Amino acid sequence: MKREKMTDLWSLLLLLCGSIFMIAPFIWTISTSLKDRRNVFEIPPQWIPDPITFDNYAKVWLESPLLHGFMNSLIIVVIVLTIGMLVSAMSAYAFGKFEFPYKGMLFMGLLGTMMIPYSVVMIPQYIGFSRLDWVDTLLPLIVPGLFGNIVVIFFIRQYMQSAMPTELIEAAKIDGCSFPGIFFKIALPIMKPALAAQAALGFMGIWNDFLGPLIYLHTPEKQTIQVLIASMQAMYIGQSDYPMIMAAAIIAMVPVIIVFFFCQRYFIESMAISGIKG
Amino acid sequence: MGTKLGGYRRRELAWLYLFVAPPVLGFLLFGLVPILFSIYISFHKWDMLTDPQWSGLGNYKDLLKDEKVFKSLYNTIYLMIGIPLGMILSMLLAILMNRKFAGISFMRTIYYLPVISPIIAVSLLWQWILNQDYGLLNNFLWETFGITGPNWLGKPEWVKPSLILIGLWSGIGGNMVLYLAGLQSISSTYYEAAEIDGAGAWHKLTRITIPLLTPIHFFVVVMGIIGAFQSFSQIYVLAVDGGPEYSGATVVYYIFQHAFEYFNMGYASAVAWVLGILIFIVTLIQFKLSNRWVYQD
Repeated sequence: MKREKMTDLWSLLLLLCGSIFMIAPFIWTISTSLKDRRNVFEIPPQWIPDPITFDNYAKVWLESPLLHGFMNSLIIVVIVLTIGMLVSAMSAYAFGKFEFPYKGMLFMGLLGTMMIPYSVVMIPQYIGFSRLDWVDTLLPLIVPGLFGNIVVIFFIRQYMQSAMPTELIEAAKIDGCSFPGIFFKIALPIMKPALAAQAALGFMGIWNDFLGPLIYLHTPEKQTIQVLIASMQAMYIGQSDYPMIMAAAIIAMVPVIIVFFFCQRYFIESMAISGIKG
Repeated sequence: MGTKLGGYRRRELAWLYLFVAPPVLGFLLFGLVPILFSIYISFHKWDMLTDPQWSGLGNYKDLLKDEKVFKSLYNTIYLMIGIPLGMILSMLLAILMNRKFAGISFMRTIYYLPVISPIIAVSLLWQWILNQDYGLLNNFLWETFGITGPNWLGKPEWVKPSLILIGLWSGIGGNMVLYLAGLQSISSTYYEAAEIDGAGAWHKLTRITIPLLTPIHFFVVVMGIIGAFQSFSQIYVLAVDGGPEYSGATVVYYIFQHAFEYFNMGYASAVAWVLGILIFIVTLIQFKLSNRWVYQD
């Protein structure tokens, strides 16, 4: 018993040492974002800014189109998550609980798409969307997401197979419940935990996405927050205005950290189950 | 009765196909059609302004002579050094975390925070940390060890180690969670039996823990390699224009430059296909080799 306690103590100590290296960059970012431009280049570095100023946040929020970026990212996330999740849930229900001709073939085909790297389809997709005149609009980032996501479908399908007994569907049928009725009244509520887990991951994936928005969005007012802060790099690092950049980086992180804070359990569970990384 | 049931089944089938239609349609529109089109343009020269010019295998022949393709491929593979390093670190972390004491979930959160943080924000903050004169890292090296740190992102020989360091910092939390899930599925009876046989901590680690975690090792390696082949965002921020002497450019960065900066759509598609096939082959080999070392119960 005593040996166990010692091991606990040593583990905690090692983890604490490591956590300093994990957390220091964040604290340093916050510290820099609160500094006056003149105090940034002090050596040795000061962890606690003197004086502390919130001007960088105000300036970066008001002077640059960061607010637009924030809203654009939010629009994409909200539309893609609400519709995409519902569509994925519907097909996961069909694939998971029913038999129908060509089911195996259709599902394997969908799974196969997971193997296509984005770099292969990004060029033809760009050409297609530019033919539709959708370049520099949010549509190329929203529309593909409305058709559901195979990873989400796969995850929910697995979940449904164990969480929803087929007898439940049979009973509902006998009671005269229609097909969509069973889905919306019985299946969807059962899926809630799995949907929440995937929504949390999906939020992170869409909010943090960079390559897609970088390809499609060119006008600053139309860009997502990630593309905006990446382009601020050229603007402000040229002037060595690190406090501005760091303030922008913090603003881009805040929504993810808020979502993570509320859905922490889902995040870590779904990471462990589906093992999908952003 | 029979016709009534048949009618229900027919309606049900209609609903089922309606429910699965969107992802199937999405697969055709955003997967299959782009793939076919991509093959087509990879055999053409095309700048999107004039009509595509048939060039046969021209693009593929050109890329064999293109030094930058090989340089970016070399960089991409070099950066994979981070995969085994990350595995060792995240497995050790998971072992330390696989206990129940106060503050453990707070610890997990701290290590997990970089995983959820936007890659662009993370890249920008590391750019500042790695600043040669005012960066946190070089100041730390000077204050504690008296070492003058290098120009991390400014010298070709330091760009890739810097990128690996950042990759480790931002990735170990994710793999730690996977290893933690793996550890929790190992039955304690194995350890109890080993203790009776007089096995020490090292033996338990190398003979029980590491072998029983092979499904996780396998998953982490496969996903790690696929991810590394596709790395782009951190490169875009940290190795501006590919970094000094193109030392930080990855293949996807190279494809991006050709497609969206020079508008060599055909050539970029050819490189994308070579990369796609490479990923496919490497993944296939790993699956073939997996039955030799991955433990299945």
